[in-house]
Amino acid sequence: MKKFFNKIGERLNRISSMKLTLLAVLSALVVGAFIIIISDVDKLKSGDIAGAFSTVGSAYWALVVGSFGSLRAISNTINSSTPLILCGISVAIAFKAGLFNIGATGQMLAGGMASLWVGFSMHGPGIIQVPLAVLAGAIGGAAFGAIPGFLKARTGAHEVITTIMLNNMMAFFVLWLLKTNLFQREERTDPISKLVSAEGKLPRLFGFLDGRSDLIAHAGFFVALGVVAAYWWFLKKSTTGFEFRAYGLNSDAATYAGMHVKRLTVLAMVFAGGIAGMAGAAEVLGTYGYASANFAGNIGFDAIAIALLGQSSPLGTMFAAILFGALQAGGRQMQANSDVPIDLIVVLRALIVMFIAAPLLVKTIWRTKSATVSAGQTFRGWGS
Amino acid sequence: MRKQTLKGLAVGLVAVVGLAACGSSSSSSDTTVAAGAAGLACEVTDTGGVDDKGFNQIAHEGLLQAEKELGVTTDLLESTTDADYAPNLQSFVDKGCNVIVTVGFLLADATKAAAEANPTVQFAIVDSNTSAPNVQGLTFATDQPSFLAGYMAAATTKSGIVGTFGGINIPPVTTFMQGFAKGVEYYNAQKKASVKVLGWDIAKQDGTFSGDFSDQTKGTSIAKSMADEGADIIFPVAGPVGLGASQFAMDSAGKVKIIGVDVDMSVSNPTQAEVYVGSVLKKIDAAVLQAVKDALAKTGGGTDYLGTLANGGVDIAITSTITPELQAELDAVKAGIIDGSIVTK
Repeated sequence: MKKFFNKIGERLNRISSMKLTLLAVLSALVVGAFIIIISDVDKLKSGDIAGAFSTVGSAYWALVVGSFGSLRAISNTINSSTPLILCGISVAIAFKAGLFNIGATGQMLAGGMASLWVGFSMHGPGIIQVPLAVLAGAIGGAAFGAIPGFLKARTGAHEVITTIMLNNMMAFFVLWLLKTNLFQREERTDPISKLVSAEGKLPRLFGFLDGRSDLIAHAGFFVALGVVAAYWWFLKKSTTGFEFRAYGLNSDAATYAGMHVKRLTVLAMVFAGGIAGMAGAAEVLGTYGYASANFAGNIGFDAIAIALLGQSSPLGTMFAAILFGALQAGGRQMQANSDVPIDLIVVLRALIVMFIAAPLLVKTIWRTKSATVSAGQTFRGWGS
Repeated sequence: MRKQTLKGLAVGLVAVVGLAACGSSSSSSDTTVAAGAAGLACEVTDTGGVDDKGFNQIAHEGLLQAEKELGVTTDLLESTTDADYAPNLQSFVDKGCNVIVTVGFLLADATKAAAEANPTVQFAIVDSNTSAPNVQGLTFATDQPSFLAGYMAAATTKSGIVGTFGGINIPPVTTFMQGFAKGVEYYNAQKKASVKVLGWDIAKQDGTFSGDFSDQTKGTSIAKSMADEGADIIFPVAGPVGLGASQFAMDSAGKVKIIGVDVDMSVSNPTQAEVYVGSVLKKIDAAVLQAVKDALAKTGGGTDYLGTLANGGVDIAITSTITPELQAELDAVKAGIIDGSIVTK
């Protein structure tokens, strides 16, 4: 059965996955428009249908303007996309090895705290300190990602359970760390960390423009792009990448072919954790310059949707992350310019993923001719 | 096929949750209005959103009062992640807000940065101190009314054991718990009694926490374990988590009573009004209204507003029948707190 779906999925990837994705986004926008109209109770009551439609227009226009309509909008989109790309790749690389990494949030927190420690305790020149801090983030995340990998390889404990639990443990650990003398900012009583030294921050992308403190995009974006390229190389060119894919597609066959599946399981989670750790480093060193208890937000969970949307391919995941980042940035503008609450963005993202997960639905709605159906990303169920 | 179904289910759930959130907050957010003659007053929430039944919502009510009383126009931006704070503040600066109210210590850094970059705009921040010449800090001596609540709880408990618990271990929460425990301690010293407090240790400055401000089942289970240890009056300082404790008190059929927090919960939670013997009031709305007035007069910047029993910024609402003697004692204690002869911290 699985083989059958994989075969179909592979064929579809070549034919129309791009088209399907675009149609899914379009479907989500149409349903979103419907939701905007029915939630605009005041206008509907007064029979102002044209007014309700103009709300949709202004909301979606704000979404575009707020994500790509100006230098600041582009900067905001880049800023929101950066951790999403990294965490998306983190989830994707685990998917490739047949593992479901729900622990990106915890790994991001672990990496962020490690990079933060380097960020405020070192006072070297930025050119040495920043790469070191990012590296510390990768190591912190990788070490934390290794735990569910080991548990799975040694005891068979399912990574879905262990990563969720480890997320909670890390969240409380961070809360505790932020109250210790080592991390807590001197003059504060709430859980807020010390500030990363000025030269320890990731440089702003548009730092060369004077007086534009509103352009918050930072060099973490280049780290993210570098990881996308490395992920592509890893999948296509490296032996381990080949082994990952073989193991992910059919673990029995991989074992039979003499691959060390336990090593692969640990390695996949180490890579996933390391990349998510870099996302934490990018947020702490680039966006905030400090850590609060919740700096990872929902990024680790959005990343699952992003990896699914991008079918775990390097470019697909990157574009999916940029789409989500643009929705985040545009959503703020939408909230500021129209009556539509920011929660619509959550709905839009959920709808996009839903339509991606239900390709037959999209096909029926839009009456497309493409003959095949995506099986989506595969990962092993509870039984294996 | 199973995993496909699961995936669909999960996503569907997300959509339903999202829709619910959308429906509930679209009614309360009013945006995009041209600045009125009196000025434009704006609020940026933290990630709790404006319908959090907590400080974001109460601050917004203060803003709406300012709209009524001062004729200002109001605007609101909700934050969904910490990364939203700076861009939201920036878009309010661009909109020309005369005063921007930010809610919670999480926004302290973003508020400070925005205030320094825009010295002509007035800011006010709830639950944090001033950080720039154009930022007014809005803080509350919540230990004072909590002290009264502790005294009242100690005087009315039948089992001789009372309890308190918090959301997470941060000062805006623990100040309540400390005040409560101090109130009980004061009662014990005055009356040679030995009422015990569960959930807060004055010496260790630590206690019982639910770990978040959302999971009501944790409130129920903490209240249950405190009741098992004999507590008959519980003071939850954990936002919606406290509603779980109220639910437990409802089910206990009068054995356990609750002290509400932030607002008069016998009013805000009318279906369970009977479980509340009183509420500790933290009048964020009054503070926000005052902050808007101060900001329009450009007098608030660089100072801290401190809500106290003396200025009415904090208070206690007693919503059960107490003896006239106890009322007289509470009035005396209140007077003592106001004149400084009783220490509540």
